[in-house]
Amino acid sequence: MNVSLTRRDFAKGFGGIVLAFTLDPAVAQQQPRPLPGSLGGNRMLDAWIRINADGTATVFTGKVELGQGIVTALAQIAAEELDLPLARVAMISGDTGRTPNEGMTAGSQSIENSGTALRLAAAEVRALLIELASAKLEMSADSLSVADGVIGAANGKTISYGALAASLDLKREATASAKPKPASSHKIVGQSIARFDIPGKVTGKASYVQDMRLPGMVHGRVVRPPQYGATLQSVDEAKVRAIPGVIAVVRDGSFLGVIAEREEQAVKARTALAESAKWTPGPALPDPATIFAHLKTLPTKVEVIGVKQAPLLASAPKVLEATYTKPYMAHASIGPSAAVAEFKDDKVTVWTHSQGVFPVRAEIAKTMKLPPASVRCIHTEGSGCYGHNGADDVALDAALLARAVPGKPVRLQWMRDDEFAWEPYGPAMSMQAKASLDGEGRIVDWNYELWSNSHSTRPQSTEGANVLAAWYLAEPGKMGAPTSPPQPAGGGDRNSIPLYDFPNQRVVHHFIQDMPIRVSALRTLGAYANVFAAESFMDELALAAGADPVAFRLAHMKDPRARAVIEKAAELAGWKPGAKGDGTRGRGIGFSKYKNLACYVAVVADIEVDRASGRVRVTHTYAATDAGLVINPDGLTAQIEGGVIQSASWTLHEEVKFSPQGILSRDWSNYPILTMPDVPTVEVALINRPAERSLGAGEGSQGPTVAAIANAFAHATGKRIRDLPFHPERVKAALG
Amino acid sequence: MAVSLKVNGAVRSVPAEPDTPLLYVLRNDLELNGAKFGCGLAQCGSCTVLVDGKAVRSCVTEIGSLAGAEITTLEGLGTIDKLHPLQRAFIGEQAAQCGYCINGMIMSAKALLDRNPKPTESDVRQALAANLCRCGTHNRIVRAVMRAANEMGRT
Repeated sequence: MNVSLTRRDFAKGFGGIVLAFTLDPAVAQQQPRPLPGSLGGNRMLDAWIRINADGTATVFTGKVELGQGIVTALAQIAAEELDLPLARVAMISGDTGRTPNEGMTAGSQSIENSGTALRLAAAEVRALLIELASAKLEMSADSLSVADGVIGAANGKTISYGALAASLDLKREATASAKPKPASSHKIVGQSIARFDIPGKVTGKASYVQDMRLPGMVHGRVVRPPQYGATLQSVDEAKVRAIPGVIAVVRDGSFLGVIAEREEQAVKARTALAESAKWTPGPALPDPATIFAHLKTLPTKVEVIGVKQAPLLASAPKVLEATYTKPYMAHASIGPSAAVAEFKDDKVTVWTHSQGVFPVRAEIAKTMKLPPASVRCIHTEGSGCYGHNGADDVALDAALLARAVPGKPVRLQWMRDDEFAWEPYGPAMSMQAKASLDGEGRIVDWNYELWSNSHSTRPQSTEGANVLAAWYLAEPGKMGAPTSPPQPAGGGDRNSIPLYDFPNQRVVHHFIQDMPIRVSALRTLGAYANVFAAESFMDELALAAGADPVAFRLAHMKDPRARAVIEKAAELAGWKPGAKGDGTRGRGIGFSKYKNLACYVAVVADIEVDRASGRVRVTHTYAATDAGLVINPDGLTAQIEGGVIQSASWTLHEEVKFSPQGILSRDWSNYPILTMPDVPTVEVALINRPAERSLGAGEGSQGPTVAAIANAFAHATGKRIRDLPFHPERVKAALG
Repeated sequence: MAVSLKVNGAVRSVPAEPDTPLLYVLRNDLELNGAKFGCGLAQCGSCTVLVDGKAVRSCVTEIGSLAGAEITTLEGLGTIDKLHPLQRAFIGEQAAQCGYCINGMIMSAKALLDRNPKPTESDVRQALAANLCRCGTHNRIVRAVMRAANEMGRT
């Protein structure tokens, strides 16, 4: 494919000055008028946009680049409404000293929330500029037009944004009253604009926090306990201090780290520290063989959701029941998490790839007993995270080390085993489904129960301490009771309420608060597991009803946009109703509307099973997507493709291994992922709906993909696997 | 202790012990960002560089073993103003999401194209089998390598 290249400097300030923007009047007002998207929490125009004397715009967003291309897409939205070329829009993202607080970059919400705020703010700024120009040119506002940041009148007089910048007052509350452009006049939105960051990344330009080198910078490493909850009894600090290059050994309770002049010296010192450290073991972990049963024995909070009640049939001829499971899964970022921190004059600056610079700042400030104003967190890209990985934890680690060497910036990258063994995993889940079919093969009731830990133990998710090192200090912070994000988006129960039209349904969410294994947000939260279970069960019901899986879904679905993606995916794949698997090859479909609120995706997967080895290979996939108005078609396609492939990897391979003594998945040999020769083709069809609002899509394809693979396996072999992942031993056992 | 290395055509002296992994010297002493720390175990390929034309894992290659060797990093292939065909193809195909693995993909692909200028798609997938990508950019990466091979074959 070809994309239109826009040359643009990828300038990311390491440092830079603090620009204060106007404080929200919301704090002074009792009941602020509601404003759409993230404008609601960040109400001043100058928090979002500045027009500079050189005619450029500086655009601020609290959302951050995680490899999903969001900064490019948000720039497109702002440039479109401002009528500025993209090259004259500079983006500043995720800096507690400069940008709006938009919480976490998570949940596929950046286009919806930050995009909405920027669209409305930019439209308003453009309107204010036209108003100023109207006065200066003595022409009525509606007679003026704008092109590339120059406002022109019919009589040929023009004035540029740059010339108006000094008289433009953006220290005012947004009104959201300026009408954004209709999609029909979009010139930048809707284009496959090339990502700003890729040229630098393919040529070795400093692009990541790992690439930062500040003057006088030194290198840190941490030594984590052998398992959760272990406490440090003793360590030979003197011996480690004698290692060449070591500047400091930092010990605070059971938090242990080292700082050295050179990175390889820090790595060696870490090994020496780990060898000399004596630990009192922490509590044993549950037996992995019975983990799902064990989780069900823990206390739960029960929530009944999505209830629909119609008069029940006297008897339903067919009743089906099935139980599904999903193991703990790792984010497994390719680059271990990293941060740079500098402690100076009782203030600390942390460069971090956290998904939320404001929340992580709050945790660092609390743990280090500093006022939040003394902590500045600046987003700097890291490796892709796919949710809550080690980013926040390493930010606190770096800050704690930096405090031991004031004035010296400390760069700390976790080692591979730090990331694998200590990141919060996506929780293990059990799902139980029961449904009845009437004589015509229609589903007349649907009962679904799920058991899950929290899917968000992110910074600020509880009243207590929510960052790793805090729990191990001499004065430890304790985590509060975890909660679950509420419906309709949900957490573990995300996508557990069917979008299908069933006359009776009931969903029960058993929320397990005790967390024997550390867990948090992994891309899609519970949706991956729930769509796996519910869409597998739909196929089991279709089989029992003697119906084709595509036709069976359509027969139960009224939502026209859902129907359209299911039909489109089937068409793309050349779906043949009634086609039979041949024992080794088969095809399946899966569908969801992510969160029941975001993009619609249907995926068809073709698989091959090697019956002798038990290996499953996904050969081809077809994904139809409706994300409303498309901002950047190639960027959206990349997100859908990436989600399909990542989900195929989760589905076929991924499971965090542990024993009662601790986590066993500590490198890639015991957490294998899908590799290049086994990656399926991914054909994506986008259904653009310019009249509909844009819907988040970063997590849209994972649920449909696992279901499509599971259904393809059953289609190929006639055997149903209900436990993830589909590894060779499980496949061989299923085939008998 | 100082060790001499020939990197991207220039001889450089670095104040490091001979058992230091090449990766740290490239990143910290020579300020070359291309090669990345991914695992330190030669499992993921993020740190790949060329040593005498062969793709090697710089995270487990000691600098003491590199006397007289020609080391090439991502920066040695091309620059933003004078891109190597592989770099141009990766931009053209938008073959990066987070981009952390991309150094290894490009350097392994360079080693492949040097020994096999007309690879099949399957050759490319096999050559990159030991380079891990987590974002799911694989197919774009393969397309980029094929595109670069075509471009290089034409000139």
